[in-house]
Amino acid sequence: MRKIISAILLIIIAGGITLSLMKIPFGIPKTKVGEYYINKGREETGATNIVTSVVLNYRGFDTLGEITILFIAALGVGAILSLGRKRTDKKEKIEPTSSIVYTGCRFLFPILLLVGSYIFIHGHLTPGGGFQGGAIIASAFLLIYLSCPGKRVNEKYSKITESLAGLIFIVLGLIGLAIGQEFLFNFLPKGTLGTLLSAGIIPIIYIAIGLKVGSELTGIIDNLIEKS
Amino acid sequence: MNFLNNYIYYIGAFGLVFIGLYILLVKKNLIKVIIGLSILDTGVFLFLIAVGYINKGTAPIFSKTGLNPKNMVDPVPQALVLTSIVIGVAILALALTLAIKLYKHYGTLNLRKIKEQRW
Repeated sequence: MRKIISAILLIIIAGGITLSLMKIPFGIPKTKVGEYYINKGREETGATNIVTSVVLNYRGFDTLGEITILFIAALGVGAILSLGRKRTDKKEKIEPTSSIVYTGCRFLFPILLLVGSYIFIHGHLTPGGGFQGGAIIASAFLLIYLSCPGKRVNEKYSKITESLAGLIFIVLGLIGLAIGQEFLFNFLPKGTLGTLLSAGIIPIIYIAIGLKVGSELTGIIDNLIEKS
Repeated sequence: MNFLNNYIYYIGAFGLVFIGLYILLVKKNLIKVIIGLSILDTGVFLFLIAVGYINKGTAPIFSKTGLNPKNMVDPVPQALVLTSIVIGVAILALALTLAIKLYKHYGTLNLRKIKEQRW
């Protein structure tokens, strides 16, 4: 009964959406905003990746809200999981994983860290950026959690990294507010287009975001594995 | 056939959205409901990306010289989807955390058996 009613409801919604989407053509040239960003983005921000210049320069304030949401979610995961939890001192018996998994993960861990750092350092030149690089770094730590049970990330250092990275973002934005006209004003020299040291404050902010996202996602993984 | 060529991305995106909605409406298991939420998310991302696409377009990255700005797809939906993917991850983590707590409290993940969650 529930299935039939749901299916009928969905068919009605699908009909409405089909009628409205028939009017939207697919694959035609873009909006005026996107065209402006593509034509002017290189001179105004110095980044060759236009998506990065939109994320960190034109809509930088949005990104600050985004990492705040991720921070609050990580905080919420930690708070909910440690709610009403009895502290047990007795150590559970840790079963070691097979030596193939252990060796393979130890081999992959530094390579994954390197790839993640490469992706967030080159965020203004190539596809990628802070969020993607941070996710790769967190996956490296997840691999360690899966292969070496009993090993944990030092919570103190990950908290310090996270707080410092967030602070760098906000302080750079406030310096821009003091020097220029607006929050996150790009006050550093733009440099040559397409080189690593270009685009002013964009690479610095993306490195900060990468470290912050990496440590936050690692914190979520740590909470979900250790406290549940 | 022409219709399918023009609208295949929209059809795929809304197919994912409707699969997600159906799971949300019908399934009993909380983990499956969360998976449905995630599938719905993915459909919305695909739709937003498809709206910004232009025919035979390239990514909006000037990685080498000689790329025509007229052929580049719209960067604004891509930036928005980047934001919403991160928020989707945050929602997924919080929902799984609540599911863990719910299971510890009631001993079941079946939404029909939890009295306060019945709908």
